[in-house]
Amino acid sequence: MTVAVTVRGLSVRLGGSVVVDGVDLDVADGEWVTVIGPNGAGKSTALRAIGGLLPFGGRVELHGTAVDRLPRRRRAMTVATVAQTPVVPPGMHVLDYVLLGRTPYIRALGRESESDLATVDDVLRELDLEAFAGRRLDTLSGGERQRVFLARALAQGARILLLDEPTSALDIGHQQEVLELVDRLRAERGLTVLTTMHDLSTAGEYADRMVLLSGGRVAAAGPPREVLTEELLAAHYRVTVRIIEGGHGPLVVPVRTENVPP
Amino acid sequence: MTTRPRPAAYGDNAASAPQDGTPDRTGAATAPGEPAAPGSVETAAVGVRTDRERRARPAGLRPLWLLGSVLAVLVAVVAGLAFGPVTLPPGSVAAEVLNLFPGVHIHSGLTDREVAIVTELRLPRVVLGLLVGAMLAVAGAAYQGVFRNPLADPHLLGVAAGAGLGVTAVVATRTTTGDATSNLPIGVPLAAFVGAVTAVALTWLLGAAGGRNRTPATLILAGVAVSAFLSAVQTYLMQRHVDSLREVYSWLLGRLATAGWHDVLLVLPYAAVTCAIVLAHRRELDVLTVGDEEATSLGLHPQRSRYLLLVAASLGTAAAVSVSGLIGFVGIIVPHTLRLLAGASYRSILPLSLLYGGAFLAFTDLAARTIAGPAEIPIGVVTAFLGAPFFVIVLRSSRSVSP
Repeated sequence: MTVAVTVRGLSVRLGGSVVVDGVDLDVADGEWVTVIGPNGAGKSTALRAIGGLLPFGGRVELHGTAVDRLPRRRRAMTVATVAQTPVVPPGMHVLDYVLLGRTPYIRALGRESESDLATVDDVLRELDLEAFAGRRLDTLSGGERQRVFLARALAQGARILLLDEPTSALDIGHQQEVLELVDRLRAERGLTVLTTMHDLSTAGEYADRMVLLSGGRVAAAGPPREVLTEELLAAHYRVTVRIIEGGHGPLVVPVRTENVPP
Repeated sequence: MTTRPRPAAYGDNAASAPQDGTPDRTGAATAPGEPAAPGSVETAAVGVRTDRERRARPAGLRPLWLLGSVLAVLVAVVAGLAFGPVTLPPGSVAAEVLNLFPGVHIHSGLTDREVAIVTELRLPRVVLGLLVGAMLAVAGAAYQGVFRNPLADPHLLGVAAGAGLGVTAVVATRTTTGDATSNLPIGVPLAAFVGAVTAVALTWLLGAAGGRNRTPATLILAGVAVSAFLSAVQTYLMQRHVDSLREVYSWLLGRLATAGWHDVLLVLPYAAVTCAIVLAHRRELDVLTVGDEEATSLGLHPQRSRYLLLVAASLGTAAAVSVSGLIGFVGIIVPHTLRLLAGASYRSILPLSLLYGGAFLAFTDLAARTIAGPAEIPIGVVTAFLGAPFFVIVLRSSRSVSP
């Protein structure tokens, strides 16, 4: 299997402090890797650096090319990022928002081509958003918006998808809907998915492999069964959990204890 | 109940949707689980359908709006030429305008003196009004896109204060033995331009002071600091040279009165370059509305575009201000009205601002010189009169728009 994302010794400084510190990471083509870790572990920062949105130390390669050597447009055609809470421009319609994904394909002074519009139509159809095309984005619900954000990323035509907390604003029903959608798209379009998530059980059900970040470093990496263990989570999240065997992976249940472990 | 019951479920193709919605169908539209409120179902359906009709194409300049703005400019030109102390028939004036084009000869029925009033007195003034209005409106729209704030003003980075100081300095320090006419000294446009550009450059340098990156926020703060400082210097100068107050004020309040072709030629190159740069970025300004990081991830260079736009808009504003004085509110009223009426996309706001901005200022100038009889009201006072109530409307309507 070819490698889609290679990360070696990734370090990021933000405001004078080291937020990501020597992270190594590989994501195979078509694989789903989820980065977990407590608040402030550097998950989002690592993801933004991999997307080429932050200056960093170390090496990040996307399909074999260093991300900081890719011309901006080329990079936008290679990797699509959905931020945790994307800005919703007031008054913008869903069609126009999804069309933003075609920006790297539209030349300066140019306008969107028929094929750009066709791509957008395809994506809208695939995500069952046709009926929303003429609606204002700021009038949609959280679940609908998340689908629109995904549609914008898909319209970019990039094979690598970086999703920062794609379900943080959603109820469990919509969480599952969005993640199932991502999984289906991954299968149908051969996408590579790298995401950060807080909900450990859900994260484990969808990811092929997981990376536990703690203090900017990789504390553990491997299949969910190896990362979601009572010992590791206790050490890095300072929480007592029980691991229950679920249908698609281990389920993490936090339990209340008298004494919070050190 | 003739509305299509569930338009959202149908495709754009009208043929695939039943045209004759029956009460039965409307009933069916109330999906199971949805509480049936007879009135609200129809209202919602109508709302969705209007939205869908609008979505047939992506946002951009609609031909009807463009046509309307061109008409507005033409009407403004003819009205501006026809009315004044001597009122001339608009039809004849229009004919005279056409006669200016090579190869056109239409008998307008105007006397030679009337033709001179139209082409030599009024035409430069009307054209200058168009240019300055267009410039201020386009610069305002650009500032609003760059700062992602619908109320950003072309004077935000110190253009007004800098130009004001430049003019005050020239008027106050010129040799008193010079011309005693009420006309402003020859050097005024140059002084205003130099002052405005210096102020923007200062703001620019200060915006990065302390080794930090320039951000919209630091630039605005620097603009406030520079404006305050320059205004203080200007006040001091005016205090020392009280005899020049009248002239300085006549400039500060804005005027197109002394306009000749000279002024037009002075602004034209800046206006052309600025408008070209800003209009070329109309799509990028739309992408910038999702924020710098997303714009970067979409392959743009938001920082670079932002700076280029700021410099271009500031230069254009400085050029406009140098010949017209301080005319406020045009850069806010025109783009913001267009945003509310014709949609939030800069692909439509920018070209429409260019045309409606010009028409708006030409009309305002007409009002300024006709309302009070033979006397002229400073045009800046007229735009301010229009601007104040406008802000009340914006406040009331934008409460739901801003995030």
